[in-house]
Formats: sequence, C-alpha cells, structure tokens
Amino acid sequence: MATILKRERLVPNIHLLQVHAPEISRKCKPGQFVIIMPDERGERIPLTIADWDREKGSITTVVLVVGTSTHKLSLLKEGDEVPVFVGPLGKPSEIEKYGTVVCAGGCFGIGALYPIARALKKAGNRIITLLDVKANYLMYWEERLREVSDKFFVSARDSYYNCKDFMPYVLQDIIKEEKRVDRVISIGCTYLMSACSEATRPHGVKTLVSLNPIMVDGTGMCGACRVTVGGKTKFACVDGPEFDGHLVDWEELFARRKSYFEDEIQSLCYWEKINFP
Amino acid sequence: MTEKKELSPEVKEYLRKEFSQEWRKKLRKSLSVKERMKISRQKMPEREPEERNKDFNEVNLGLNEKLAKREARRCLDCANPQCVLGCPVGIDIPTFIKLIEIGDFLQSVKKMKETNSRPAICGRVCPQEIQCEDVCTMKKATGVPVAIGNLERFVSDCERINGEVFIPQIPPSTGYKVAVIGAGPAGLTVAGELARKGHKVTIFEALHVAGGVLIYGIPEFRLPKDILQSEVEYLKKLGAELKINFIVGLTATIEDLKNDGYDVFFVGTGAGLPNWMRIPGENLVGVYSANEYLTRVNLMKAYAFPEYDTPVYLGRRAAVIGGGNVAMDSVRIAQRLGAEQATIVYRRSRVEMPARTEEVKHAEEEGIEFHFLTAPIRYIGDEKGQVKAMECIRMELGEPDSSGRRRPIPIEGSEFTMEVDLVVVAIGQSPNPLIPKTTPQLKVGKWGNVEVDWDTMATNMEGVYAGGDIIRGGATVILAMGDARIAAAEIDKYLNNKKVRRKKK
Repeated sequence: MATILKRERLVPNIHLLQVHAPEISRKCKPGQFVIIMPDERGERIPLTIADWDREKGSITTVVLVVGTSTHKLSLLKEGDEVPVFVGPLGKPSEIEKYGTVVCAGGCFGIGALYPIARALKKAGNRIITLLDVKANYLMYWEERLREVSDKFFVSARDSYYNCKDFMPYVLQDIIKEEKRVDRVISIGCTYLMSACSEATRPHGVKTLVSLNPIMVDGTGMCGACRVTVGGKTKFACVDGPEFDGHLVDWEELFARRKSYFEDEIQSLCYWEKINFP
Repeated sequence: MTEKKELSPEVKEYLRKEFSQEWRKKLRKSLSVKERMKISRQKMPEREPEERNKDFNEVNLGLNEKLAKREARRCLDCANPQCVLGCPVGIDIPTFIKLIEIGDFLQSVKKMKETNSRPAICGRVCPQEIQCEDVCTMKKATGVPVAIGNLERFVSDCERINGEVFIPQIPPSTGYKVAVIGAGPAGLTVAGELARKGHKVTIFEALHVAGGVLIYGIPEFRLPKDILQSEVEYLKKLGAELKINFIVGLTATIEDLKNDGYDVFFVGTGAGLPNWMRIPGENLVGVYSANEYLTRVNLMKAYAFPEYDTPVYLGRRAAVIGGGNVAMDSVRIAQRLGAEQATIVYRRSRVEMPARTEEVKHAEEEGIEFHFLTAPIRYIGDEKGQVKAMECIRMELGEPDSSGRRRPIPIEGSEFTMEVDLVVVAIGQSPNPLIPKTTPQLKVGKWGNVEVDWDTMATNMEGVYAGGDIIRGGATVILAMGDARIAAAEIDKYLNNKKVRRKKK
C-alpha cells in the first residue's frame, strides 16, 4: 500500500499526484515510470515519473484523465492508499552532453519531459523546449520548464502564445532556424510523437520518443506492451520506454492501443453509473 | 539434473521404523492384500462438464470421508515404498495414507506437513501420474494406482475447513536476515522452512499479491485463491515478512540489499518470460502471450469485467497454441469466457502432450477441440489490425529430438486457414531475466537459467541460492518446492556453520 501525499488539479483533466514511495524515490532516474493501481478492482497502469524528492521520499506523476482508472486517480485525496505503486521501471533516459537538444511535449508529456530536460541541462546541453497545448488555459509547469530551457516555444491552437500552429510544423521551423540540432526528445500522445518523428526524419535528427502502449505487469512478464522497433519486437517496459522514433512501427502501436476501445467505454459508463447515480 | 535414484539410509531407516509400529502391523493384518486389490479406485466427484465450463468454480469437489477411507485401504503399505522415491519432496506417503485409513485425519496432515508444507496446493496441481502414482505397487499389480493426490487434497482440505491449522513452535531468533526473492512456490517454501528455524525472513514480491504462478498462472477452477491466502497467513504466523510491490533488481538490487544487512539470498523469480514463435502477425490485436492472458484473467480478475476494471478480449473463435498445462488453462478459460469454439493447436500428437492427464480429460469433457499435428505459420489481420484468421500447416512426427519426443516435421503443401479472433500463444516460458541482468556476477546458462550446484542449490555467488523455474525454465510447482527444501537446508547450514561477518551500520 502506498499513501497519497497530494493530489491537485493542474489544468482541466490533468492532475498532479504525489505519492509517498521512499524506496522508489531513492533510486529513480529521469525517463523511468511507475505502475499504479488505484484500488482493489482497478487496472495496473503506467505513469511516467515527473519529479521526486529523495529526502522526503516522494514521487510525483502527472495524470491525464481519460477512462476509469485515471478518473479514479483524479478523485484520490491526501491520506488515501493505493494497493500498487511499484518502480522504478524502464530504462532511464540517455543523459549525456549532445549539444543542442529540443524537448518537445504535449499534455501529460509536459510533466514527463521536465526531469529529462532538467537532467540534460545539468549535463551541459543547450535546451530548446517546445510545448504543445490546445488552448492557453491548458498550460502548466511553464515556469519550471522555462527555468531549465535556453529557448522556450509554445505551439497552441489559440493566439495567446503568438503561435497558432501544430507542433510538428513549429518543430521543423526550429530545426531550420537553428544552425544545428543534435537530438529531439518527444513525449506526448501517440499522434504527437509520431508526427514529430516524421517532422525530423528529413533533417536526419535523432529523435527519441517515450512510447505509451497498454501495460499490465510492467516488468517484462506478459508482452502486452510489445512494440516493433526497427523490425524487431521489443517490450516497452524493459527495453524502453524510450525508442528511436524513426524506427517505430507507429501503425501497429496505434492499432494495439485501441485493443480495448469498446471495453474502456463500457467500463467508464459502468463506473460512472455507480459513483454518480 | 540430479534425480533421486535411491532413498538415503536415514530415510530408509525412518520409513522402516514407521512401518514396524504396532498400529501399522495391525492395520495391514486387518485386510488381506487380495481384498485390498479388489477395491476399485474411488472416483473423484466432479461437477458436470456442461455446467462447469461456464464458470470459474472448482471442477473437482473432493473426496468425502467414506470415499477417502475406502481409497486409503487400497494402499498395500509396502515394505519398500517406491512412491516416496517418486515424490520430488519425499513425502512419507504410506504413513499419511494409513492415518487416513484409521480416521486420524489431523495427524495425517501433520505427517504430510513434515515434508510438504502446502499439500492443499500440491494435491491439486501435482502431476501425480508421472510421479508417485506412476511407481505405485498397486499400479504394477492391477494397472490402477492408489489415488495419492486425491487423498493428499482430502486431508489438507480437512485441516483448512476445520480451522485447526497446526503452527509449530518457533525457536528463538537467530538474528540472521534472509532475503527471499519471489513469493512463488519456491520462495514461499524456503520462507516457511527458514522461518521455522528462527531466521528473520523477508519475502520480496514484484506483484501486489503473493503466490507467483499460483496466483497469476493457475486459474480459480483448478486452484481456489483462498487456499493461497491461508498459506500466506500461515507464513506470517511463523514470523516471515512479506514485502509486496518490491521488484528486486529495480527497486533495489541484491547488492543494495546486502548493504541493508541481508545475510543470505534465495532467488525464486520463476520463468515469467513468454516464448514467442516469431511468425508474421504475432503483434496483431487479439494475439496474446499466455502470461498476459492468464494474468488478466487470474490476477486482475478480468472474468468479472466490468466489476473489475481490467478487460480481456472475449474471442468467439479462440485458438490456443501449445500442449502443456498453461495451454489447457488458457483454452478452458477462453471457453468459460464465452468462446463458441475453443481449440488447442498442438504440433505433436496427444501422446506427447506434456499437460497433466486430468487437465486434458477435463478439457475434452468440457468440449474443447483438439487439432493435433498442426502448427500456425502466420496470423492474418483485418484493416483495424485485429487477428481474423490463422494459416496453419500439418505436421508429421519424425525421429526423436533432444527432449526425447518425436520431432514434428511440416508436411509441404498441407497449409490451410482457420478462422480465429483470439489466439493465445502457450508454447513455454523462459527464466525471468531481471535478476541475471541486474546481478552481473551471477552465472547464467544459455537459456537464461541461473546455474546452480544441484546438490545444494548454491549459485556461483557466495550466500546466493536459487531454485524453481528460474533454474529449470517453466516446470512444476512440486519441483520448485523440492528445490526450495534443499536450498533451505543448505542455507540453514551456511548460516549456522559459517561465521557471517555482519556490517555494523
């Protein structure tokens, strides 16, 4: 059982969840994730670690509310307990001095990018951060990310940020503007990551993505999270979650993420009927 | 792999002493061998196939007192009991059976628990037909062995139902800390044995419940989960600590735990790596590894969706590839979840199937179709990326391969297509790679199995022992328990004889 230290809404449908997990916070590195189960009947789902406090013994994650499991997480209060909070899982991000790195993220990816951008900055890289939000009121952690960035861009669908364009186009412009971009890290929904990878492909810039397939155990035991990278089957939970975006079979990942589409709707309706009669 | 060829002199002496006791002599005289041989094997009461193949309640109902006593009379109480040699943990089978015959069921369980701490589990999942019952004298004489497994299950259920679980007295704490990695059959057994000796045992389990393959692999209708619950409670009463949601190798490595003061380690992390055929279409939606399918259903209770949140694909036409116990479990689950047609596709013939005989019989009764001498060559998907058909090829059997079984050879030109919307690949499991990956000094074999000295279960690292599927690949619960008993005895010796210098914090 793990105790919830804090749960607060950052922006509509995105919540911050802070959990007491000293064993995980002792060991975790940027890019790793945890598996959480909201209650005894819940699913086991992966959440990227967005921050940690090694002294306090806490792990912070950012949750996008979509179906039953994430709805349950969004209703947790300080002092509640969850039956599963296990980690740190996955291979940590590769953190070295590469030169200029673009960190491109959207929705829950903004939180997931933060520890990676912070570590890359510390390793001596020049960080260009590009965040994608559908509207200005969906932006969160802007200050945190600005602090670890040398340049900061936002692509949005309203005119608040002076940039009304879809992220991959902005990314292409940045690559053209900069004399040289050594690496791109893209974290967000599947479509965003695949579009960013396509945007960087003609420029030959190495692009890493943090894949988000469905998971069950998270330790390499079941193969639910299998993805095809470079023609070979890999398990995202132990071989990833980061992979070369130019080698990922995106079509297969899209299809596999839709495996339980109808069940997810049925589950949410069932849960809502019981909890909000 | 060393198998016992001869009972040790101590065991022979012990058996002889039990055999010569007055009550045993009297019991043998009470009914002649001829009379005993006339009694037919008592049938295990089972639920009707058409009723039981729709739910997850246990198939076998268990012997009652009358049937158990009558079955116990069939045992001839041999002077040289081969059954003890056939049992991987060396249970004193004649004594526990003769205690049933005189009606002292609780004493029978006590006797059983001297060597096998979880008879309720073994009585249900052991492949008795290739172990104790295979070498039973009754089998040689009449062709039908004594139903040793059913009797084991009977006495253990007696104990559990009556609530009189016997807790042995624990000696004072030795002060040594033992880290048992994995709460599966091997780990739970080691924990029990060492806790009984007064050592401070902590079991580390990656999942959120203990049991390993007993909880995620074997379905409810073969092994009810509340039995496991009692087993874990028993261990806690012996003083063992269980840390769930703790993945040794990630949350902390063996090295980290050494620094935390653990004196000795037992690695029982099992064979949780699924084997794939690596044929086209294996990543289509609806194609599962048996591990994932079973974990969703057994551990996450997907059969109770949407009351439980984890879904599992409900196929109309399900095909399970493989012929072992895991394949049997998977196909029977698919049927219970509503498949109109649930099929086993196995590349050899019925005779070569490694599954437990009783499981194959139950599966046939429940209406499972068997396609022998068949193997898939690719899966075909629809425009949404979901599996809709499977192309197969027929096989014939050639010369025996390294496993001793005849090698399947594809018959050219025999390809055909089968309509399927759910496939479960149950062709075996390999040792879990996590501990080998995170403990670089550990010697590991070609197939990822941790290498041990088979007489002591010791690895090449001092103070690190291993047993169960992690050293064998996917095998059985009872073999894991046999390894665990050897390892526990060696660990106890290691802690008592060797001077272990403990770091002062």
